[in-house]
Amino acid sequence: MDKTKKPLPSIVWPLAALGLILLFNLIFTDGFFSITIKNGHLFGSLIDILKRCSPTMIMAVAMTYVIATSGIDISIGSILAISGSVAALLVWGGNTSYLSAGADVQPAALFFIIVVPLLVSMVLGAFNGLMVSVVGLQPFIATLILMVAGRGMAQLLTGGKVLNFSHKGFEFVGRGYLLGIPFPFIIAVLVIALAALLTKLTPMGLYIQAVGGNKTASHYSGINTRMVIFLVYIFSGFCAGIAGLILTSDITGADAGFMGLYMELDAILAVVIGGTAMSGGKYNLKGTIVGVLIIQSLTTTILTRGVPPEYTLLVKAVVVLAVLIIQSKRTSDFIEKTTAKVSKAGAA
Amino acid sequence: MISAAKLGFSRRNLPIIATMTVFVVLYMIGGMTFRGFLTNRVFFNLLTDNAVLGITAVGMTFVIFTGGIDLSVASVVSTTAMIVAVMTQAGVPNLFVIICAILFGTLLGLVMGFIIHYFDAPAFIVTLSGQFFARGFGYILSLDSVPIQYDFYQKASSFGIRIGNGKLTLPAIILLVVIALGIFISKKTKLGRNIYALGGNEQSALLMGLPVGKTKIIVYTMSGFCASLAGFVYTFYTLSGYGLAAIGLEMDAIASAVIGGTLMTGGYGTIFGTLIGTLIQGVIKTIISFHGELSAYWIKIFVGGMLLSFILLQRVFVAGSGKRD
Repeated sequence: MDKTKKPLPSIVWPLAALGLILLFNLIFTDGFFSITIKNGHLFGSLIDILKRCSPTMIMAVAMTYVIATSGIDISIGSILAISGSVAALLVWGGNTSYLSAGADVQPAALFFIIVVPLLVSMVLGAFNGLMVSVVGLQPFIATLILMVAGRGMAQLLTGGKVLNFSHKGFEFVGRGYLLGIPFPFIIAVLVIALAALLTKLTPMGLYIQAVGGNKTASHYSGINTRMVIFLVYIFSGFCAGIAGLILTSDITGADAGFMGLYMELDAILAVVIGGTAMSGGKYNLKGTIVGVLIIQSLTTTILTRGVPPEYTLLVKAVVVLAVLIIQSKRTSDFIEKTTAKVSKAGAA
Repeated sequence: MISAAKLGFSRRNLPIIATMTVFVVLYMIGGMTFRGFLTNRVFFNLLTDNAVLGITAVGMTFVIFTGGIDLSVASVVSTTAMIVAVMTQAGVPNLFVIICAILFGTLLGLVMGFIIHYFDAPAFIVTLSGQFFARGFGYILSLDSVPIQYDFYQKASSFGIRIGNGKLTLPAIILLVVIALGIFISKKTKLGRNIYALGGNEQSALLMGLPVGKTKIIVYTMSGFCASLAGFVYTFYTLSGYGLAAIGLEMDAIASAVIGGTLMTGGYGTIFGTLIGTLIQGVIKTIISFHGELSAYWIKIFVGGMLLSFILLQRVFVAGSGKRD
C-alpha cells in the first residue's frame, strides 16, 4: 500500500460531477456530442453550453476573487441590468421618446455603446469597493444596497419598459461568431485569461489570498489591503457590465426588471461548487470554470432530454446539495475511515 | 450629571431609536403631504399590507442573530400558497391543508438546518438550494395561477376588528402575535440567549457547553415555519397560488432586519427593530402609492437609500462599542 498518499486536489469532485453529467449524455442523449458546421458556425449542444454559460462564467470569475478576499458581491445581477439598460438607451441615442412613432433615432457610436456601460458598471463596483474597504461594511450588506437600489435605477433608466432595438454592430457582441466560435465565449476566455494573467504575473493573486486569510496580518505585512479589496470589487462590477452587454445584445433588448435576476446566486453557486470556500483566503479559478460548466450542462441536459423545464430547479437543488455534501469534511473523513478499515481488514 | 445611558440613550439602543425616529419622520412627512394619511385606516393597512414580509422577517431575523442567512423564505412563501391552492382545489379537508402547508416550510427548514450543522456547510448555499427546491416544487404543482375557492379563505380575507375607521385584519393580528412571540423568545427564553450567544461567537458558545447544533437547527426550522405561515397568510390577499409569487421577498426580509438594527454578523439585534424595519419599507410604499405619479421602481431606490443610511449610522454608533466585522 502507498502510505504517502496525498490528499486529492479539490478540483477532483467538481470534475467528476461534470464528467458524470457528460457521461450520462454520452450514453442516453443522442447527438449530444455531435458538432456540425452550419453557415460557417460551429453548432451543437456542447457549443450551446459554452455560449450560454459565458455571462455567468465572466461574473463567476470575478466572484471567485471577491469570495477569496472573504467578501461577496450580490449586486452584480443589478449592475448587469444597469449596464444592459445603459447600452440599450445608447442604441436609442439616449432618446427617451423612442416609442413615439417616427422619432428620429440616431444611435450612439458603437464605441460608446460598449465603453459607457462598462464605465458605469466599474463606478458601481467602485462604490461597493469603497463601502467594503474604506467604510468597512460587511460585504453582504454593502452590496445589498446596490442590489436593491440598482434594479430600481435600471428600471428608472428604461422607464420601466422593455427596450427592444436592432443594431447590427452591437448585436455581434452577444450573437456573433468569430472563426465559428460564439463571440460571448471568446469574451469569456479573454476575461479568464486577463484574470489569470493579473493574478499570476503580479502579486495580486497572493495579496487577494492574504487579505482573505487574515486582513490584519496582511495589513501589518505591508499590503495595502484597502486597495486590494477596492480593486476586486471594481473588477466584479466590470465583469457584471460585460455580462450585461452580452445578454442585452443577445436578446436585442433590455428588460431592466428581470435581466440578471438571481444571476449573482448562480455565480456564487459556481464558485462554491468549484471548491472555493466562502470563508475566503484561497481561490480555485479552474474549479469555478468547472462549476459554471456543471450548472450550464445540467440545465442544457434537462432541456434537451425533454424533461419539463419546471423540474430544472429540483434537479439543480439535488445536484448542488450532493456536490456540497461530497466536498464536506465529514464525508471525506468518513471515506478515509472506511477505506482505512477496509485496507486493515484486507491486511488481516 | 445624568448619564445618557440612564435615559435609555445608551449606544446599545441608538440604532433602534434611530430606526424609530426615521419611521416617525417618514410617517409625519406622509401625514403633512397627503390628506387622509394620518388615519387609523392607513396605519392598520400598513400592518395588513406588510404582514407577509413582517412574519417572514421575524424568522429571518432569528437566523441572522446566529450569523446565518436563509435565502429560501420567498420560495417557501409562494409554494406554501400553492400547496394551499392545489389541495383546496382537490377537495382536501381544510384543517389537513393548513397542517400540510405549515409542515412544508417547517420541515424544509429542519432539513436545511440539519445539513448546515451536520455537514458544516455554508448556510448561503444550503438555503439557496432550499430556494431552488421549494420554487421547483411549486412549479411542479402548477405553472399557472391556481384560484382558491373556499369559504374559509373568503371569510378570512374579509375578517377584521374595526377600530375607528381602520380595520385590524387577520393578517395584521397574526403579524402582531408572531412579533410578540419573537420578542418573548429572544428576550425571555433560554433558546433566545443561546441564539444570541451562538451569533456572538460560535466557538465560545460551544466551549460554554451550549447546544450549538440544536440551536442552529431550531433557528432554521423557525424560519421555515415563519415563511410557511407567511405563505398561508399570503393566500388571504391573493386567494390564489402562483409559482412566481413573492420573488425577491428574501432580500426585503433581510433589509427589514438590517434597517431594524440587526447586525449581519450575528449576536446583535431585536425583533422589535425588524417590525419597524418592515413598517419603514411599508411607509415608503404607501407614500409612493399616495403620491401616484412616482413609479414603483422608486420604492427600490428609496429602500436602498434607507439601507445605506442605516448601515452607515450603525457603523458610527455600534462599531464603537467593540463589535466589529
